[in-house]
Amino acid sequence: MKFTFQHKRISGILTVLPARELSFLEEMKNYNFPEARSLKLMEVMGYDKRRVAEEGVCLSDLAVFGLKHLFESGLLRPEEIDALLVVTHSPDYILPPTSNVIQGRLCLKQDTLCLDISQACAGFIVGLTQGFLLLEQESIRKVVLINGDILSQRTSPKDRSIYPLIGDALTITILERDSQSAPIHGEIKMDGSRGDALMIPAGGIRLPCSPETAVLEDAGDNNLRAKDHLRMEGSVIFNFVQTEVPPMVESLLARTGTSVDEVDYFLCHQSNRFMLQKLAEKMNIPSAKVPKNVVENFGNSSGATIPVAITFNLAEKLRNEHALTCLMGYGGGLTWAAMLVNLGELAFCEMITFL
Amino acid sequence: MKPISAILQEIRPEYDFAASQDYISDGMLDSFDMMTLVAALERHYSVSIPGTAIAPENFRNAQAIQEMLNHCGVHP
Repeated sequence: MKFTFQHKRISGILTVLPARELSFLEEMKNYNFPEARSLKLMEVMGYDKRRVAEEGVCLSDLAVFGLKHLFESGLLRPEEIDALLVVTHSPDYILPPTSNVIQGRLCLKQDTLCLDISQACAGFIVGLTQGFLLLEQESIRKVVLINGDILSQRTSPKDRSIYPLIGDALTITILERDSQSAPIHGEIKMDGSRGDALMIPAGGIRLPCSPETAVLEDAGDNNLRAKDHLRMEGSVIFNFVQTEVPPMVESLLARTGTSVDEVDYFLCHQSNRFMLQKLAEKMNIPSAKVPKNVVENFGNSSGATIPVAITFNLAEKLRNEHALTCLMGYGGGLTWAAMLVNLGELAFCEMITFL
Repeated sequence: MKPISAILQEIRPEYDFAASQDYISDGMLDSFDMMTLVAALERHYSVSIPGTAIAPENFRNAQAIQEMLNHCGVHP
């Protein structure tokens, strides 16, 4: 599905990271593998440091902390928020929606549209799309888009295929109207028939969490995980990304008459270093235009990784000037998406630590 | 140049790859091993293996890996 938005802009991005930092080198002993093998994996995938929330910390805690920071800094006023979108697959509760929880905790006005969207690694672009659609309404002038996940608590410490990859993070992106902004073009595709390649089997109505779903099982590859835990068919996801994403980006660039050279940055979901290298090679994109350093510094925080990459790599530049960026998200759902957006002159673009 | 079997042995020294015709179903290579193996093959043979080739059917045994390398221009 193709989208075009006129007179909309991203006006600020904030990343909120938990303070707790884990090290892959210290965690290696948890995995049932020879150390040399884990070290090879560290080199290829980019595992190193990652941030995880303390037990009991939920998404709304990070969101309230970040929004209070913006309020206290004078970068956002509570009464300006007409819509609050939360894109996550690790909500505080099944009910109420996490967006309502945040609205309630911050005493935001009742005329705030609160909306939770259950999406994963493509969630930033899905959220931007929904936010820009809402801005078509006269009554909605400013949208707060929150992307984040606390997935470290839903991964098995004995599962080397996913545990060392996952980080927790939350981002807050402000969307608003701007008559001077260039058109924003996007594409989104979904394929639910392949959804079980990346899933948490237990915890919904289909299979409620129980003592049985918490039992660690050998997945057949020396990794131990329970049905309560996130699981990923790595080779299926890898092949899906390499097969589906490049044609979508080529289509987007062709539709907008944009060349690879004209795009300043290709900001991909930060899945892992190896996958990003292979994507760049496949699309003949110079490696320097594809930041790949989020997993090694903070971990993969699902739908938050694109704004994390922006605030980590481009903060100073995007506060002062513009850059043409191609955003690329892909993952659970399965969902894949791309968006061509001119980012710049942001009111804020920063990272803070949750305390 | 090292043969493929030697590179496999470096990645999973605990297995006898000569005794298997299907490394995937025998649980000898998982998806992360495939990526590690691709990185090692690329370094050793000075070749670029496309991401779309990283699929289980190309890693089932030494012959499948060699055929994948042949497509990339590496010949024994």
